[in-house]
Amino acid sequence: MSITEDTESPSPELMLAFYRRLYPFRSIFGWLNHEHAPTRLFTHREFSFTLQGDIYLRYHSFNTADDLKKQVCSLNPTRFEIGPVYSARPRDKKTVRPAAFTPTLRELVFDIDMTDYDTIRTCCSGADICARCWVFIAAAVRVLDEGIREQFGYKHLLWVYSGRRGIHLWISDREAMELTDEQRRALVGWMTVIQGGKEMHKKVNVRTGSRPLPPSLQTALNSLAEVFGELILTDQDCFASREGWEALLRLIPDTGIVKELREKWDTGPHRSSSEKWEDLKDQGRKYKGTPRRTALQTAMEDIILQYTYPRLDAEVSKHRNHLLKAPFCIHPKTGRVCVPVDPNRIDDFRPERVPTVGQLLRELDEIATTDQAEGAEHHSDWEKTSLKPYVEALDKHVMALMEETRRAKRKTDLTW
Amino acid sequence: MFSARERFLDTNENTGQVQTHSNLKYRFRLNFYDTPPIEDITIEEFETCALDRLRVLAEIESSFARNRPYDELKTITLAQCQKYLPLHSSSAITVDTDAERRKDHIGHFVLRLAFCRSEELRRRFVKAETALFRIRYESDDREERGKFLGSRDFDWIKVSDGERKVYKEQLAAAAPTAKEVNVDNENYYKVKWTRVPDLVEKRRVFLKGGYAYVPSREQSSIVFQEFQTSLTKALEMTAKALPRLDEDTRIVPILNNLSQGFLAGVSSEWSTASSTEGDGITADMVEDLARRHFPACMRNLQETMRRDRHLKHFGRWQYGLFLKASRWVLGLPIEEAIAFWRKSFSNIQEDKFNKEYRYNIRHLYGLEGKRANYPAKSCTQILTTDQPGSSDSHGCPYRHFSADNLQTALLSMYSSQGLTAADLPEIMNTVKAGHYHVACTRVFEITHASRGVKKGEGVGDGESVTHPNQYAARSRELERGKAEAAKAEADGDVVMG
Ligand code: SF4
Ligand SMILES: [Zn+2]
Repeated sequence: MSITEDTESPSPELMLAFYRRLYPFRSIFGWLNHEHAPTRLFTHREFSFTLQGDIYLRYHSFNTADDLKKQVCSLNPTRFEIGPVYSARPRDKKTVRPAAFTPTLRELVFDIDMTDYDTIRTCCSGADICARCWVFIAAAVRVLDEGIREQFGYKHLLWVYSGRRGIHLWISDREAMELTDEQRRALVGWMTVIQGGKEMHKKVNVRTGSRPLPPSLQTALNSLAEVFGELILTDQDCFASREGWEALLRLIPDTGIVKELREKWDTGPHRSSSEKWEDLKDQGRKYKGTPRRTALQTAMEDIILQYTYPRLDAEVSKHRNHLLKAPFCIHPKTGRVCVPVDPNRIDDFRPERVPTVGQLLRELDEIATTDQAEGAEHHSDWEKTSLKPYVEALDKHVMALMEETRRAKRKTDLTW
Repeated sequence: MFSARERFLDTNENTGQVQTHSNLKYRFRLNFYDTPPIEDITIEEFETCALDRLRVLAEIESSFARNRPYDELKTITLAQCQKYLPLHSSSAITVDTDAERRKDHIGHFVLRLAFCRSEELRRRFVKAETALFRIRYESDDREERGKFLGSRDFDWIKVSDGERKVYKEQLAAAAPTAKEVNVDNENYYKVKWTRVPDLVEKRRVFLKGGYAYVPSREQSSIVFQEFQTSLTKALEMTAKALPRLDEDTRIVPILNNLSQGFLAGVSSEWSTASSTEGDGITADMVEDLARRHFPACMRNLQETMRRDRHLKHFGRWQYGLFLKASRWVLGLPIEEAIAFWRKSFSNIQEDKFNKEYRYNIRHLYGLEGKRANYPAKSCTQILTTDQPGSSDSHGCPYRHFSADNLQTALLSMYSSQGLTAADLPEIMNTVKAGHYHVACTRVFEITHASRGVKKGEGVGDGESVTHPNQYAARSRELERGKAEAAKAEADGDVVMG
């Protein structure tokens, strides 16, 4: 079942009520600003707005969280995006010299989208997503989260559900913020394994000759091998159809083995994916101790990577000036909130359980009718809804970030 | 005398003290240019040091534009350095290494001033300078290089034996080929990964907690990256400090000239490169010479003049100075020049010619007016100054013609010398990328293939066209060279005839 069926495209009225009463502007401010008093991290930050009818406004900037809220409520955008910190206030862009207006800081961001898995997944396609295909995203999140922390040493990672079929990652460590485009490109290069478009069958080319996998990918492979077994072989049964198994055979370089397997699978078309994978392993055993086995082994490792390794939208990550939808925006098609996701519990995350804007406002209405006496205080209304755990998750993330900023400041004070 | 001292001090916070080591003021051949020169510099030095360096950098730039493989770039650059910017190792006893290094030092800092003023210029300058540094680094004496590296804090942490053992497997797996794996004998250095993005991008290091474990064989990557990063920062700082410099009317024009030259990919006033031979060209020979040896800009003027029997003001200047500067190249003396123009402007009445044009031509030759010795225009000047209006014919066809007109013009001018339609896509791509002189160089190569010029050789030693006179001179030289092949071969150096 796909989750798009039971969702709603939110009306402008709903959106406005959401911005007025529920959107956690203060938390977002803290997250972008890294401390309580506004700094350039916030004031020189680009915001862009998408209005009804796909009108796109760029280069807005604000002094405080309240300024941002005021503008959002008056424009009532379908969504808004966050860009880099510039060397001048984005709203002054027209009046400063072009040379004095350059992006300086920016979270390192990643975007993983389910559509990039369309050639593999068998349960859904296009904009649809179900619990079964979320497993691909979950695997990607685990590999990326672990890799970034282990290899690059970053700590302040915020994962955000994109509201429909993907997930975003925002990294706010100071060093990550400061990365140049060149360094971003390098990091993305390091992380990218799946390359080549539709016309390229073999999308994993990470080895030099017959050398072992680079150490970072060896680690990833170890955890992905398990995912491969459960997800690709069992749940998605990717090699069940002829189309599926032919795709698999195209990735085996040994024509002798390919020929043998094709004959076998043609005559027994009902062999499951797991059985077919076993057939491959049998071939390996047959050629034990020969280079043919090593080549097959290598190919099988690459196949595991090709079917399970995170598929990144590299362009998003490479440039500081790329805009990305702000957390807690509403997905215009599904009405779902783009909520933070805990990577440690990514396997339990269910996109279909993410609150929609309609649901949240109904929750608020119910409270209002039960205790009308309470009245005015709007900015913490989210506490009374199922948005609460998500805002709290962001606040916790922000606190760690602010603590880090304090520590860094203390350190520079000492060195003076 | 002009002292650039305070200027440099102003524009760089890094005003270190002079260090005197042994007898040499400059201990090392290589230089990270951390500190600006602090002695007095004459304005002539200021300019020549910069110009000579610019020749080298411009050649590197056009090598990039022409997609030369690195090895070729290296060979060409070393040859250029040999000519304009020699830099010997400390063991060289017959040369004044201090003087060479001083020139290198000053040239670098002058060009910083010229190239800090826009993002685009900074980026290109850093790229070319880093390439130059790399080429010199790789050709440096091993021992001297070791000492040079030791003289600077690169902030790398040597990986302890213990740690090397712990990560032995990962370190070995990170090496790109099995041959290079010898973790036990290799030294590793830890640096923040951001300092070696190139190695990270290609997964050629082991990465942990934000640190890259760089084997000593890749150490140079850190050095080059460091060079690039610190130069980028320094240029940005210089740019901020520069407005104060604008007051000095003597250097600003020089700086403008330098940076414009670079933008056009052009190194210098070629016309000052002297050659001795004057070989009696007469008015009658010009048209034929044009067909055989002139670059597109001059062929276009010649053809326009033939068709219209006239040339407009800027066209006369451009072509007239070109022919005059041929004092070194073609040798069109004033009497012949007058005869040539008289003949070419055949629709003009004798009177009018004598009144207006004769004076004009004598002016050009420095015999009238302020009697200045006007040099022929370089490609830079042609490309960037006095932009032609819609009815003008001067300028550079590669830049100032529309794409289809350029293609037609090139074919009609050069197909008799071997240019075919199949060559056009490559040339047009270069033009589209804004590398006009590179396109011109390519045409030179194609039209001189019959004289043995190969792709990438340019107008000799891989140099690209920087001056129409250089183009014509080289073309004539090749023609002569055919006849006297033996003589040309005996002398390795290029003789501009
Ligand atoms: S590049 Fe220089 S020589 Fe060539 S056509 Fe243009 S101006 Fe003339
Ligand atoms: Zn699905």
